[in-house]
Amino acid sequence: MTAHLRMIVDNEKRPPQAAASAAVDSAEKAERFRALALPHLDDVYTLARYLLRNASDAEDAAQECYLRAFRHFDTFRGGPVKPWLLAILRNVCHAEFARRGKAEVLHADDTDTVENVSHTAWAEPDNAPESMSLARLDGETARKLIAGLPDAFRDVLVLREINDLSYRDIAEVTGAPIGTVMSRLARGRNLLRQAFLAEEKER
Amino acid sequence: MTCDDAAVLVHALADGELDASHAREVEAHAASCTACAAELAAAQDMKRALGASNLRFAAPASLRMRIEGAIPKPQPAANRRTLLKGFALGSAMSAIAASGIGFVVLREASDNRLMGDAISAHLRALQGEHLTDVLSTDQHTVKPWFNGKLDLAPPVPDLTAQGFTLIGGRLDFLDGKPVAALVYRRRAHVIDVFVGQELGSAPDAPDLSVMQGFNVLRWREGGLSVIAVSDLNRDELEDFAVKFRASERTAGTG
Repeated sequence: MTAHLRMIVDNEKRPPQAAASAAVDSAEKAERFRALALPHLDDVYTLARYLLRNASDAEDAAQECYLRAFRHFDTFRGGPVKPWLLAILRNVCHAEFARRGKAEVLHADDTDTVENVSHTAWAEPDNAPESMSLARLDGETARKLIAGLPDAFRDVLVLREINDLSYRDIAEVTGAPIGTVMSRLARGRNLLRQAFLAEEKER
Repeated sequence: MTCDDAAVLVHALADGELDASHAREVEAHAASCTACAAELAAAQDMKRALGASNLRFAAPASLRMRIEGAIPKPQPAANRRTLLKGFALGSAMSAIAASGIGFVVLREASDNRLMGDAISAHLRALQGEHLTDVLSTDQHTVKPWFNGKLDLAPPVPDLTAQGFTLIGGRLDFLDGKPVAALVYRRRAHVIDVFVGQELGSAPDAPDLSVMQGFNVLRWREGGLSVIAVSDLNRDELEDFAVKFRASERTAGTG
């Protein structure tokens, strides 16, 4: 927020004679943004689909993410673009959750709340058959089960397994320490596994 | 190391996120603890299962166009509208096409036309379900398969450890010449590789162009000109090229 404000102030202070070079700057900026950010659209859209669980909301969120990213591109400090974009997307999704007014706001910094989420599908199995393979887990089922994970585990799992981010980048995107990322990922995989085994049992 | 710690750290181990000394510690613990060994196996099993399915969503072309339209354009770029239309061809295959990579060897004439041909060949292969003539994850099966079919021995590096799995190869034609097409996969992304001789004006170091929504990388490798076509993001495509080339240098031409 402060960075954004600083950017606005800088723009206002720009003297009128600098207008021509500002136009060149902004053309270069647009070109650079296009080259750096657009190749990650599928990643942004994919995370939006998993977070919002709805195609049209995901499209709106991805578009809003790119508009915001472009507006704030001056404050981008360099380094990998993908985590930066995904962090913006996550903020957009938070705003969408707030708009929806649902209780399913991401509890990013409240592991206890997440741990206490109780849902029969996520109950600990009495006797998990550890040797049972997930070879029969198909894409459609996997998408459905991932979408059904509690928020904090879902976004860490998607960032790792689907967006292919490192732990360090996930920590940056979610604002959680690396240790928390690690434990949520471990728990997320276990929950997903249990959900799959439970579904297999029903068949 | 306690089992509580190890139960979490085995996931970091499976993700390749531990440094060598911690990795050894966790491995040693798992070797002596059946519960943690099972947790490690489960984590690896889960990664395999998720990696084998396509869990990504391809952004709709209309969304891409809306976003592109919202960013100021300094000069009209290549006709993306037509390209996107071609991209949306065959909705069943578009998810796969959206994540494919093709390597192509080009000829002098018109590099642009050849790159276009390569992209077409890539899309044809994906849509016609004729992706491979030889289906094997073993480089020592795929490489000899081209013997007697081509007047060149294409490099077929094994990049499994780097996250690119070899699927197989096929014969294809570019500019009327037979070329080797190698098919790799990155997670759920299909990678298509074409290799030929004295085709196009490929530079020595990988050079990126964007055509029809695909990223196209071209370079020269062991006397062969190589062009990579992909809609994979350019970072990952360039990473692929770097590993492809590095592996070739290590292996020599064999």
